[in-house]
Amino acid sequence: MFVLHEWALAEAVIATALEVADKEGLNRVTEVVLKVGELQGIELEILEFAFSQLKRGKLENANFKTVMAKAEFQCRVCSHRWVLDKQKLDENAAEAIHFIPEVAHAYLRCPRCESPDFEFVEGRGVWLQTVRGVS
Amino acid sequence: MKNIRNIVAVSSGKGGVGKSLVASTLAVALADNGCKVGLFDLDFTSPSTHLILGIENAHPREEKGVVPAKIHGIEYMSIIYYSGGSVTPLRGEDVSNALIELLSITRWGELDFLFLDMPPGIGDATLDLLRLIKGIQFLIVTTSSVLAFETVKNLARLLKSLRISVIGVVENMKMNHSNIVRSETEKLGLELLGEIPYDATIEKAIGDVGRLRRTVFASKVEEIRARIQ
Repeated sequence: MFVLHEWALAEAVIATALEVADKEGLNRVTEVVLKVGELQGIELEILEFAFSQLKRGKLENANFKTVMAKAEFQCRVCSHRWVLDKQKLDENAAEAIHFIPEVAHAYLRCPRCESPDFEFVEGRGVWLQTVRGVS
Repeated sequence: MKNIRNIVAVSSGKGGVGKSLVASTLAVALADNGCKVGLFDLDFTSPSTHLILGIENAHPREEKGVVPAKIHGIEYMSIIYYSGGSVTPLRGEDVSNALIELLSITRWGELDFLFLDMPPGIGDATLDLLRLIKGIQFLIVTTSSVLAFETVKNLARLLKSLRISVIGVVENMKMNHSNIVRSETEKLGLELLGEIPYDATIEKAIGDVGRLRRTVFASKVEEIRARIQ
């Protein structure tokens, strides 16, 4: 995975958290919780290091927490839900899915009915879950 | 994408009119004439430009994102790098997400032209590009068939209503001397950039760019190249 991906994400999260802090009238932010989808292929250690280097202003002393959301799918045909088992993916498929999660449709099928028509229930995207602080 | 002078979606209302062949051959013609060109296959469920250009073992380079492989002088990007050629059925939401993901991670160089080979119709990919890429231009491909041209009219009307620039229309697989497409194109206020006759030799040139360059098809695309460069 490419390292600057994490740094660009960290910068975007910090900018968004600062906006939220302003909007909510917080003078000092104590905690920021970020939920990261497993399929995004984000290296959490690099992301956390980037936060420590980039945090500023009201976020100077904030504690950044990252939570990984497991990749979970639901079949649109038989409604079966399942969690991604990375062990069953070969290296190329895992790498491809990390870059473009939608190509999971090229490599995965519903384990129950074998349909390729499934949706991502979780594990896709990045969410700013909590911005906590003092007014 | 700020380093790209012209972003051109090669589009049509119907499938099977030759968008991918026009996009690929035009990209080759411009690259052969010294232009910096990119080609991005956005037909995610049925990509074909890699087959036309004979691309087999190319891979993008990872460097602060993804740098497209350069093939036949063209910076080339396709979902095929990631799907490995496996069937990839996608619903509209997935098409949008994959498109946004690829647009955001791909690092194009400085380009004169980036051609986007579109899926047929006015669906998710078209709407996403209209939403996300300011200054996008369209090149519309049709055949002489009224069935194809009727859908072109709809696409042209939509683009006109949104004030999106249309470089022109290409009539492909022309099999008679009818001027209907020309006159109808002019009625739409658009320019007919070229008329490409049906070329029975094109099928044998698929995957062989040297041979593709020598086709009647390519000689007609070369005329279009001269008009837009």
